[in-house]
Amino acid sequence: MTALTQSIALASESGVPRTAPSKTADRLFKGAAYGSALLVLLVLAGILGSIIYGAMPAFREFGFGFLTSSAWNIGTEQFGALPAVIGTVAAALLALVIGVPVSLGIAIYLTQLCPGWARKPVAMTIELLASVPSIIYGMWGLFVFAPLFARFVQVPVSNLVEGLPIVGTILYARIPSGVGVLTAGIILAIMIVPFVASITRDMLDQIPTVLRESAYGIGCTTWEVVRHVLVPQASVSIIGAIMLGLGRALGETMAVTFVIGNANRLSASIFDPGSTIASRIANEFNEADGLQLSSLMALGCLLFIITFVVLIIARLLVRRTKVA
Amino acid sequence: MDASTPLATAERPRRASRVRSGRRIADRVLILASTFATLLGIVVLGSILLMLIVEGVKGFTPALLTEPTPGPGSVGGGIANAILGSLVMTFIGIVIATPIGLMAGTFLAEYGRTSKIADIIRFLNDVLLSAPSILIGLFVYTLMVRPMGTYSGWAGAVALAIIATPVIVRTTEDMLRLVPSQMREAGAALGAPRSLVIRAITWRAASAGVVTGIILALARIAGETAPLLFTALNNNSWFNANLLGGVPNLPVMIYQFALSPYPNWQSLAWAGALLITVTILALSVVARLVIKDQRAR
Repeated sequence: MTALTQSIALASESGVPRTAPSKTADRLFKGAAYGSALLVLLVLAGILGSIIYGAMPAFREFGFGFLTSSAWNIGTEQFGALPAVIGTVAAALLALVIGVPVSLGIAIYLTQLCPGWARKPVAMTIELLASVPSIIYGMWGLFVFAPLFARFVQVPVSNLVEGLPIVGTILYARIPSGVGVLTAGIILAIMIVPFVASITRDMLDQIPTVLRESAYGIGCTTWEVVRHVLVPQASVSIIGAIMLGLGRALGETMAVTFVIGNANRLSASIFDPGSTIASRIANEFNEADGLQLSSLMALGCLLFIITFVVLIIARLLVRRTKVA
Repeated sequence: MDASTPLATAERPRRASRVRSGRRIADRVLILASTFATLLGIVVLGSILLMLIVEGVKGFTPALLTEPTPGPGSVGGGIANAILGSLVMTFIGIVIATPIGLMAGTFLAEYGRTSKIADIIRFLNDVLLSAPSILIGLFVYTLMVRPMGTYSGWAGAVALAIIATPVIVRTTEDMLRLVPSQMREAGAALGAPRSLVIRAITWRAASAGVVTGIILALARIAGETAPLLFTALNNNSWFNANLLGGVPNLPVMIYQFALSPYPNWQSLAWAGALLITVTILALSVVARLVIKDQRAR
């Protein structure tokens, strides 16, 4: 009965006319709703279509060699995707390696260890990290983090590993400027931490308290509860959350453009500058023309494929999470 | 807890006490690591805000909000044109995105609860939500900038709208689903056709949540740079009223000025960065607090 009264109250205060809309009007409304929903599909198809269309000249010119070539010469019109693709994947993987343990740690802290009064403010702080625009992360990375990184990490580590066989190439900075693939990976890690942490936290919260309490009841320590009860229960969703973070890291543009150094060649060292697909496009698109423009679009096409595959797998694993 | 009575230690075999301390150590390590991770997050946020405040306040002059961006290396000037351009494009973007997002969310929540197509749309909408914004910039470039032959504020607004729409679709659907079915059934029992039930009852009941979703979308697109890079570009003076040609905006201005070698440009970039971050954080906090309120009901 209350629902009925509430509905009447709502309807009367909205100034609804005494006569109901006609059948056609009702159908038009449904059609408009259906049409708007289909627009979402159209936009997605449009993005794919337009990028492929723009990339066709480059694909026709270079064929599959585009994927393996390291050239990027505007003069001779030779373009290759390899450094950009490797840079994108490398920065994203570094972001995962660094960011996922931190995210899991934060999620565990918020669900198991945080005192009640601190839960809301700490959770809100982590959520605020997610709202900071990526360009601000880029500025922080370049002006605050990079100098500190160069001074306290790059220089000591380079001095330490100089001359050593494998580690000496990967961790050696010829010019310790603070920017490079590793720096980009760290900034990306900081950016994906709020997302992965909040999804993981939601998933951990959804585990029935009974399971947790019975584990504590038989004398398990917090670590054992996390390792043997919580994580196995939520493992599929946690992997999905990690893939969502990966998808974000792959597509991130502005923060990476600031701190990756924008070098067009491949370098073995992660301390050296590199480039990602997104940073390449951001830097060169506005002055590009002809084949270069088409090659940049082709890079965008590659990014589209990589990111969407990752995102689709992620969404299949994590159903219905918060608005990321 | 610690079996420290002499009798117990003497009786307990060595192995059991080693296992016990191992478990305790692992537990302590976990607690330390988790707490450290959380502190790391808080410290980073604090560092970012501190950096913005320290550098940004230096650039705060009365001229900031009144004068347009100066030429390279010249003194004075403000960021009024960038602020105005951003406001205009964000506004138009939200105006485009809201009806589409609202109707699409309504379809998914009301008409499409069981249909296969609705499932696909819902899924792809979630994927679009996390898509790289630079690809959307490329799409709008091919769609609008190329055919029109010029950069424009319209292209920038459309790009922002494409980013905002999935957010609005998602929150609208979530909020509409929270409305109890009894209200809809009561409306139907009174003889109202479906569209009227939705408009007069469901929308009204979920209005606070839907508005929050729009605010969240606003916060999201206010800070987006990549889609504006090849659609609206940037402009160092006031823009045309018809929005054709480059339209100045805060994010791209910050990007260009921060990386430039001119100190006055750099300080303007910091001031703009502080302004934009404070606005977005304020919007986000308001939106998330209201959403939590709605969900708790």
